Amino acid sequence: MTAAPAVEAVELVKHFGDTRAVDDVSFVVPAGSVLGLLGPNGAGKTTLVRMLTTLSVPTSGTGRVAGFDIIEQPNEVRRSMGLTGQAATVDEILTGRENLKLIGALYGLPRKYVAEATERLFARFDLTHAADRMAKTYSGGMRRRLDLAVSLLAAPPILFLDEPTTGLDPMSRSGLWDVLRELVTEGTTLVLTTQYLEEADNLADEIVVVDKGKVIAAGTPTQLKDRAGKASVVVTLTNAADLDAAADLMRAHSPEVHVERGSRRVTAQAGGLGDMTRIAAVFETSGIELDDLGLARPSLDDVFLHLTGHRAETEPDAGASSSDATTEGVPS
Amino acid sequence: MTAVQTARTSVTRPPIHPPSLLRASATIVWRNLLHIRRMPEMLLDVTVQSVMFVLLFAYVFGGAIAVIGSNYREFLLPGIMVQTMVFSSAIVAMGLTSDLQKGIVDRFKSLPIPRSSVLVGRSISSLIHSSIGVLVMGLTGLLIGWRIRNGVVDGILAFLLLLLFGFALIWLGIWVGSLMRTVEAVQGFMFTVMFPLTFVANTFAPTETMTPWLRTIAEWNPVSALTQACRELWGNGPPAPADAAWPLQNPVMVSVAWSFIFIAIFAPLAVSAFRRRSRD
Ligand SMILES: Nc1ncnc2c1ncn2[C@@H]1O[C@H](COP(=O)(O)OP(=O)(O)O)[C@@H](O)[C@H]1O
Ligand SMILES: [Mg+2]
Repeated sequence: MTAAPAVEAVELVKHFGDTRAVDDVSFVVPAGSVLGLLGPNGAGKTTLVRMLTTLSVPTSGTGRVAGFDIIEQPNEVRRSMGLTGQAATVDEILTGRENLKLIGALYGLPRKYVAEATERLFARFDLTHAADRMAKTYSGGMRRRLDLAVSLLAAPPILFLDEPTTGLDPMSRSGLWDVLRELVTEGTTLVLTTQYLEEADNLADEIVVVDKGKVIAAGTPTQLKDRAGKASVVVTLTNAADLDAAADLMRAHSPEVHVERGSRRVTAQAGGLGDMTRIAAVFETSGIELDDLGLARPSLDDVFLHLTGHRAETEPDAGASSSDATTEGVPS
Repeated sequence: MTAVQTARTSVTRPPIHPPSLLRASATIVWRNLLHIRRMPEMLLDVTVQSVMFVLLFAYVFGGAIAVIGSNYREFLLPGIMVQTMVFSSAIVAMGLTSDLQKGIVDRFKSLPIPRSSVLVGRSISSLIHSSIGVLVMGLTGLLIGWRIRNGVVDGILAFLLLLLFGFALIWLGIWVGSLMRTVEAVQGFMFTVMFPLTFVANTFAPTETMTPWLRTIAEWNPVSALTQACRELWGNGPPAPADAAWPLQNPVMVSVAWSFIFIAIFAPLAVSAFRRRSRD
């Protein structure tokens, strides 16, 4: 087994006029692993992916995909990877099947292979019923899936996904996660961007956090969450009078307890679910009435607050929201 | 080494044979023509609209426009065909901007194909698009009395001149299409350029009756040379009057020259604008 990395970014820089969209970014993605590029809107994620996939030319620095240099050997790079961009790039006037036929012809794939792969991919992405409909009749989620099917047609060993789940409903999101996990077990290397820590946490082996074009942290999901602070158990009481008693109870189980009187809430630092069930059991027998009890994990917001001292904006940006708008009034 | 580990490092791939420029362009042409078949209304600009122009001018203004030694409908047809051809630059510009805007060009750029196939495919399909228009014009013309009177060779030569001129202006379209961000902007800009270009000319009325300064502009307008060339090759009108500007005295040669001048100017501009747009 070779240890050659599947993807490398080497001091990548991209300026748009005065904007430093990407400002000296380096990372390495081992073959068969999943890298999550995590960052708020405008961090430079799309620009990074566009440079690595040869769509955009770096101002300086370079990268390698499957060992090929993105500047010197762009055609080899294009053969070795698949890309699902931030906005779906399917041809709306063509049917789903014709979209795959078009891309198959442009890869020079054998027709028979394209026909078989189309059936297989459509079955996998639940598009078989819509295969012969124009893509403009597809919902936002269906377009995303068609886009992914197009990206997978030539079975690329390396797949780039730019915010693959932004704008999807929770069901479609977890469906897509399953598909991505399957790809990984088949041996595909994934580089995906996301604004959600939860998504990176669920999928990535390694997370690179970017902000304002720079890498501000990198590590495994666990390492990052540890740096952002621990999870906490949050208890909301029915009666404010019980606040002190509840805080005392929780202090027996957690080193750090915080009381918010206005919202009748007590927060205790916790290691995970184990702590939560233990605290839940304590309240079971205490006679203190609760409105709510739950585990709060550090959010992307917390990671950002911790790493940068400023809050992240997590609303989806223009490209993603315009593809959402297309879901309106479309049969599914 | 376990089986799982082996599976994680190898994806079985189909054979990839990246297409030549010709094949990739042909595929893109197929895709663009599929668009026309799905949305025949895309052809309205070169069919129904042009037929309307023919009928409007032939029957509404025809009586008022006196053309010495020729019947107005015969005079009109070459002019309308040239107009249709000139509009192919607007068609190519709008198509390219739409593909850029919708990320289709990005998708093509991520594939192992020659990038120029995006432009070559676009220009060929636009030429086909406007040729359909010319064909429809020709048939309409035949119905209302237009004829090719100077034989097959000259007749075909005129059509080739039209295609060459259309091809030259396609580079203008690619240039504008690469510079602008929305289809609406492109449409607005191209029509603002195309209308004076095709009207301040001999396309719909002879230039002799225009005020002198306007007449000079009209007679030096490349569109006029091409129109005059088609009229002469098809035998649809008299040669330009003796006092007409030099280009109208040598219309075939001048049309060819203009075509190559346009290619020499707009092709490099178009390619560099498209390249620049492709770097971001
Ligand atoms: N083509 C472009 N021209 C000018 N500025 C751009 C362009 N693309 C991106 N930018 C700018 O670069 C920065 C990073 O953008 P982007 O890579 O899209 O971030 P993200 O994908 O993380 O939201 C933003 O400030 C954005 O406005
Ligand atoms: Mg982005």
